[in-house]
Amino acid sequence: MTRYFTDEHEWIDVDGTSATVGITDYAQGQLGDIVFVEVPTAGTQVKKGGDAAVVESVKAASDVYAPVSGTVTEGNGALDGDPALVNSDPEGDGWFFKLTLSDPSELDGLMDEAAYKAYVNGL
Amino acid sequence: MSEDEAEILELPLGGWHRAHGARMVPFAGYAMPIQYEGIMSEHLWTRESAGLFDVSHMGQLMLAGDSVEEALEALIPADVKGLSEGQMRYSLFLNDEGGILDDLMITKTPMGIYVVINGAVKWDDIGHLREFLPDEITLNHMEDRALLALQGPKAVDALARVVPGVGKLFFMEAGSFLWGHEPLWISRSGYTGEDGFEISVPAEAVAALADALLAQPEVKPIGLGARDSLRLEAGLPLYGHDLDEATNPIAAGLGFAVSKRRRTEGGFPGSEPILKALQDGASTKRVGFLVDGRQPVREGATIFSGSAQVGTITSGGFAPSVQAPIAIGFVATAQSAPGTALEAEVRGKRIGLIVTRMPFVPHNYVRKGAVQ
Repeated sequence: MTRYFTDEHEWIDVDGTSATVGITDYAQGQLGDIVFVEVPTAGTQVKKGGDAAVVESVKAASDVYAPVSGTVTEGNGALDGDPALVNSDPEGDGWFFKLTLSDPSELDGLMDEAAYKAYVNGL
Repeated sequence: MSEDEAEILELPLGGWHRAHGARMVPFAGYAMPIQYEGIMSEHLWTRESAGLFDVSHMGQLMLAGDSVEEALEALIPADVKGLSEGQMRYSLFLNDEGGILDDLMITKTPMGIYVVINGAVKWDDIGHLREFLPDEITLNHMEDRALLALQGPKAVDALARVVPGVGKLFFMEAGSFLWGHEPLWISRSGYTGEDGFEISVPAEAVAALADALLAQPEVKPIGLGARDSLRLEAGLPLYGHDLDEATNPIAAGLGFAVSKRRRTEGGFPGSEPILKALQDGASTKRVGFLVDGRQPVREGATIFSGSAQVGTITSGGFAPSVQAPIAIGFVATAQSAPGTALEAEVRGKRIGLIVTRMPFVPHNYVRKGAVQ
């Protein structure tokens, strides 16, 4: 399994053509206390860079974008009852959705962990 | 020049906020702390203990002159002449249509009428005053003073240790106090619904005073994020969001700002449409909403009754003390009774609303004459 990152602070774990998407620890820290998450349902088609989910903190609503194109296979139902999972475990149990990649070559433009760390340090 | 390109100004406590771990954002033209440890915990801390807020972006004015009370009454609907020294009142700057240019606090002091105005519109307010006040009234914009707020049920304990005697003030009363050699002007007032104080202090002394307050075990620094969620729960309107130049004060539930004598005499900008709305009722009303589920309903969302559009949300978010989303908005008066079921549209989805009485969390003011 390989983990990639976007410059919009999403992470994506890829295993073949299956992947899991969430937001990074840096992103949850910037958003603050998360009170609601709207994840896509199974069957939803998402496009690389397009809106895929919404995360709401006390202060504001923010879009979460799809790191790659594909078909959603599952939204994380645990976030309905416990949206604060995104704060406590953003890169684990606080995942947003799983999808089947439609074009694995789209992964080429994403960052690996070292590159993302350097990117965040530069912000 | 767009707002993004405009120079972001530094307030006297800017460095203090950064040193205490604040995340700074541009607000009303200044770099201000949005949060320290987190909006949720700062909010809850203020409700149970005491939170220290820097509100130095707000404008502090002193209006003076022999006829200052009469002159100010030509611009606001308050009974300025009837104020006794140290009495504070909520008031409004109005246009001729009765719309709200800003909301403000006025207090009678030995020096004149002390006025606190919103940071975002303070330059417009000052221009308005300079244009419409007679030349013999002096307007001193006290840019050499900072403004702190200490809010919460334990604010009185913490502040009284630093500035003895503040406990003698009741809600909406103010007076002058000395902190060492520093002259303070302190009112028992605020924007959280809690007991608390607002403290005007010379800018060069504000960091030392903030340190002295923060040294009290009850006190933590609180950012603008929690200031907004606290005032939302308290049902207090925010200028530029819940109130603007098109808002009739009566529709906004601010009829209490039109004093009894002025209701008979009029003589303030917009008095005709405002007094008419007082008499006949307004066509819309500012109300509070409880929101179904967990998804916040925010400013700008359209309110429906069935397929009919009946209003707009003007403030909304997650309420940490209610542990649910709440909102404020304007609806047609026919739809404004508590218990009315309506819907808001958010991202193409309908979310249930129930009109409810405000505040969402009881006010804890220490009022004169109330049983303690």
